[in-house]
Amino acid sequence: MPIETWLTFILVFMILGSIISLEIKDILSSIIAIGVVGLGVSLSFLFLQAPDLAIVQFLFEIFALIILIRAFIKKDYHVEEPRIVNKILIGITVITLCAVFLLSIKLFELLPPFGEPLMKTAQYYIDNGVEQTGAANFVSAIILDYRAYDTLGEITILFTSVLGVFTILRIKSKVKKVTAGDDDEN
Amino acid sequence: MMKTDKGMSIIVKTVTRISVWLIILYGIYIIVHGHLTPGGGFGGGVVIALAFLNVMLAYGKEFTEKWLNFQLLHDIESSSVTVFLVVGILGISLGGAFLANFLSKGDLFELYSAGVIPVFNILIGIKVGISLFLVVWLLAGINPEEEDE
Repeated sequence: MPIETWLTFILVFMILGSIISLEIKDILSSIIAIGVVGLGVSLSFLFLQAPDLAIVQFLFEIFALIILIRAFIKKDYHVEEPRIVNKILIGITVITLCAVFLLSIKLFELLPPFGEPLMKTAQYYIDNGVEQTGAANFVSAIILDYRAYDTLGEITILFTSVLGVFTILRIKSKVKKVTAGDDDEN
Repeated sequence: MMKTDKGMSIIVKTVTRISVWLIILYGIYIIVHGHLTPGGGFGGGVVIALAFLNVMLAYGKEFTEKWLNFQLLHDIESSSVTVFLVVGILGISLGGAFLANFLSKGDLFELYSAGVIPVFNILIGIKVGISLFLVVWLLAGINPEEEDE
């Protein structure tokens, strides 16, 4: 079977999972249905022969699932009653999306066929990468040698996010302590 | 699972005590072999973060705070970015460009090969593993019931 068939199958699976996660009433089932989307992305990376991305995507899905369950399972959510305005908005969105899709059909015809990208930079890396970097895993050679600036930026983002979480949560706890102290004095 | 402060049952604790070291070993393997096999610093770092998270879920937050020195973890995590930059700047003097590959390339498929790529992989692994775990640890400190007041 060609790879496009498998990818279409996985895509339909992912769309079904996201629709279920939106519509289902139980919050735990909804979080697990979100996990289906990540699993589909991971599987499609495997079919496209990118095991590095598949590993990271799969692990991060587990991570996100744990965080989501920890964050949301205790809270109670009120069920939103369906209103007429919402239905009108959904109709307008569907009509707009269909119009955009119909108007851009000519653009889709211009796209190159599957597996033949327009960019020819990758061919240079494949031809010269092994001699220039000496790394057997090619993805590693690209993200840490040719594109090391990108990795530096990624690390900086992680660093900044940890700093941000530290700062925000510390401010909150200090405020709590101050208010608690005031209550004791009164 | 929600009684994270008291920990889980003795079965979970016993299994965790054995399996957590294997998970950490697997993460280290993925990081060190990042330039040979699929994976690398990011994937291996997430594996290590999940191992620590496993301990925190099974044994509870208080035990983990006694077991690990969180201030030291925060310092290591912050300094790994600095070391990354230092290695990058060393590339200017020794290799001619920022983040240049100035160490010897070695033989293909050997563990000691590919110059600075394994060094960067190890630094990224430390960074990703510790910082993801720290974020979860900080978020676990929030009590949802207190937030509503």
